[in-house]
Order: sequence, then C-alpha cells, then structure tokens
Amino acid sequence: MSQQRMEDSHRRFLQAMMTIGVIDRQGAKTLHRRCCEEHKTQHSPDRLDSFIDTINSKLQPLFMQIRKGMSEDDGNQYYVLVNTAETDVTRMSSDYADNELELFRKTMDLIISSENGKASSTDILNCTDTMTSKKLKKIETEQLLKRLVCDKWLSENQGEYTLSTRCIIEMEPYIRAMYQDQVKMCHICHNFAFQCQICDNPACGIKIHNPCVARYFKGRVEPRCPACDDFWPHEIPEFPQHQSSSKR
Amino acid sequence: MAQRKRLSGAQTSSQAKRPSGSQAAPEDEDDQTFTLPSSSQVLRGMESLAPGQLEQKTAEVVQYFLVKDQKKFAIRRADIVKHVLKEQRNIYPEVMRRAAATFQQVFGLKLVEIEQKNHLYILINSLEPSAAAPPSSSTNPKTGLLFVVLGLIFMKGGVARENVVWSTLKKLRIDPREKHEEFGDVRKLLTEEFVRQRYLEYIRIPHTDPVEFEFGWGQRAEYEVSKPRILSFMGELHQQDPQTWSQQYREAHSSSSSTPSPSPSQR
Ligand SMILES: [Zn+2]
Ligand SMILES: [Zn+2]
Repeated sequence: MSQQRMEDSHRRFLQAMMTIGVIDRQGAKTLHRRCCEEHKTQHSPDRLDSFIDTINSKLQPLFMQIRKGMSEDDGNQYYVLVNTAETDVTRMSSDYADNELELFRKTMDLIISSENGKASSTDILNCTDTMTSKKLKKIETEQLLKRLVCDKWLSENQGEYTLSTRCIIEMEPYIRAMYQDQVKMCHICHNFAFQCQICDNPACGIKIHNPCVARYFKGRVEPRCPACDDFWPHEIPEFPQHQSSSKR
Repeated sequence: MAQRKRLSGAQTSSQAKRPSGSQAAPEDEDDQTFTLPSSSQVLRGMESLAPGQLEQKTAEVVQYFLVKDQKKFAIRRADIVKHVLKEQRNIYPEVMRRAAATFQQVFGLKLVEIEQKNHLYILINSLEPSAAAPPSSSTNPKTGLLFVVLGLIFMKGGVARENVVWSTLKKLRIDPREKHEEFGDVRKLLTEEFVRQRYLEYIRIPHTDPVEFEFGWGQRAEYEVSKPRILSFMGELHQQDPQTWSQQYREAHSSSSSTPSPSPSQR
C-alpha cells in the first residue's frame, strides 16, 4: 500500500495525541477531520487508520507508536500514544516516585490475579505492608490512587479499581511478559480479558469480555458457551452499539 | 524483572538513577567544563559508533525533550550530555541536528536555542495557529489567563508593572491573594510557572524601594504567540475594534514579519 506523506495535518494530530494520550475512535475521527480542515488537506473519513499508519511510520524509529485497542468498559476502540522502548512501568518514572511505582506494580498484581479484573481500595491499602521501598501511608496511598486514575492508568468505580484502557494497551508487552501464566485471552476478541465473564464448566473456563458477551449473545434465546457448548449462566449485559457520534 | 536499557527520557533529573556501571559519566558536568568537540573529535566519535547508535541516541534525545516539554521546561545542553549522550558526547552536534530535523518533520515542533551562553533549548510549535480557533478556546484554562497577561503587557508597550497586572486581574475577579479554583495560586503561576516556561519575564525594576517588579514577554511567547492574534483577543475582551489602538495595531502588524516566529513555509 502506498504510504501517504507526512503533512501538517498529521503533525497536528500527533501534537493533540501528545497532549491527551488516549482518545476513543469517535474522538479520533473528529480530530482527524478537524486537523485536515485546519490545514486544508483532503479529508477521507474512512482513511483514519492509514492516516495514523503514516504517523506511525515516522514514530517507529523513535520508539513511539499510536496503538489501537479495545476498552473493556464499553467495548469501543481506543487509540493510545505509547512508548515502545520501555517495557515496564519505568515509563511512568518521570511522574511517579519509586515507591509509588512499587505500589502500582502491586496493584497490577492484585487486579490481574483476581477473577474479575478488580481490586478493592482496602486490598490495595493492605498490600502497602509488604512494600520493600519506602512504605506509603494510608493518605499517601489514597492520593496516589487518585493520581493514577487522573493520569488514566487505573479506573475506579465505587472503591474498586480496574486497569484502564490506556494501561492495558500501553502495557501490553509488559503484561504479556510478566503475567504469561495468569492472563487469559477473551475467547471472542482474543485480547487480554480482565473484566469479563467466565464459563462455569470447570473443564472449560473460558473468559469473555462483558462487551463481547453482549455482542456475541445478542438476540440468542439460550446462550451457550462458544467453546464447550454448556449453558452460559451469567446475565447478558447490554451495551449501546456505538457511542453517540454527535459529540464534537 | 528484565532490566532492559531504558531511555533516559523517562527520568527527570531529580530522580534519575545514578549510573552504576564503571563507565559512568562525570556527575558534576556543567556548562563551564563542557566545550564543543573539535571536528576531528566528532569524526573519531562517529567512527567508533556501532551501526544504529546515532539513530538510537537521536531517538533518546527526542524522547528526553518530549518528556521535559510536557512541563514546558527549558533543556540544558549539559543535561542532554549527562543523561542521554554520556560518554558519547562527541556526537552531540550531529545528534542535535538530527533531533531538530525530526521535531520539524514529525512533530511540527521547532527546536530553538534561547540562550547561547547557557545552551538552553525549548521546543516551540511551528504549525501555523489556526485562524479559526481563538486562543481562549484552548483546552487549558491557564492559557486564557496567560493571554490576558500577555495582552496587557503588549498594550502597555512591552512591560507592565506588577501592581498594574494584579489590579487588572482583580477587575476580572481574579485575586492573586486567593486560591483560584481553576488557576490555583495565581501569583505563583505568573511569577514562577509561566516564568520557568519562558512565557513571561518577571524582572525587578532597578532603584525601587520598596522593591517593585514588572512583567514582560518571555522568549517562548515571542516565538509562539502572534501579536496580531493577541491584539484581536484584546479587542474581543474589551469589545473594541483593535484598529482603534493604532500604535499597537501598527506594531503588531509590522513586527509580525520580523519576530522570530516560525515561517509558514512548510511545503
Ligand atoms: Zn473480548
Ligand atoms: Zn465453556
């Protein structure tokens, strides 16, 4: 496929990505259109991915990439600007102290080893006891968790923490290397499955993301596991098909 | 855990880990002791490089700048040598040349040396500001405040006394003595953060007792902020046709070609 030339519209898009870090597909489409309009370049709405490929071809030698992935929360596609040179949480070391990074690693351990991809704030507070670097106080831990949510490394819902979309996409190689034995893939989309439903059949036990469950079982009268054909006993969640496209 | 070689770009100077290897660069490096290598040293430096090293170091320098630029810090040459190039300081000129070209071609950013004495660099946006987007539409609310202050300084002919700035802000219901819900400590923002980012200058007025200070445009503002744009912003703020400020109007439109602002010729 012929590679587009890097133009000001690409550069503007990249500058925006450097500021926001993560954007959903709808937002990326809007940004794509705005960047093209602003620099009076031809805008082909269906060419977003090749537009991003052009940017990525220039970012690759710099160990950076705009990577695409799915959100476990809403099932939508997201784009994240990632650093491909850092393999682990050291990528965060310009914003976090060493003991804060240790706690973040421990939080990742908790989330990834859990059944449902969640860790409660109590569990996270408890694991400060086993820290090897300077132990964080309760109030410091709470503030750190707030910052991690604000910086989009974690998501929080009623005192329970999950890995954010940004975190899952950006840390993918690290999670793959570190948690090889623990992480399972979603049977439907073949991405990591943290927040998900699990087949009750102990001989099967496949995982499916909640949004993937919704999509897969939509309209089926008696849901059955796509792997072992056992009855799927969980409630089928509902997700809106697409995000509203009216957002500008 | 795999201890892969990390890009130094991810570390700020304050928490950069000390090199543990035996080939550790001198820690007390600073501008006084650093002199540019001679061309024969450069050549020797290039010859001793493994293939791909130049590209690797350029990528590291680019990342180092991008991390610092998130907070709009100026970057010292001594820090680039100390944290990125280390023992390969000989290739500094070539790496910087490549980094500058990368910023221009990939990111639409221009690498500018703002102080030759201390070898300080900043990144400025070299994409033409959109005519459609007023500066106040920026996502960062602090930018709006910055534009008000830059505008005020410009209207006052280039410098504005501190007390004038504070009283103007008070009229906009921003009291520097109180914590503002969007800007936080406004006094600190104007006299420290914007100064460190080189948007503003905050200078003591000589022979004043008690001591008085005045604000001016910082170098980043001179590069990044267009004066006609500031003037039309002030026009909107005061609901007045900018052309009625004839002196400022003339200055904004005559100096726009002579300011160091990057040229739009990009194609
Ligand atoms: Zn899935
Ligand atoms: Zn099953």
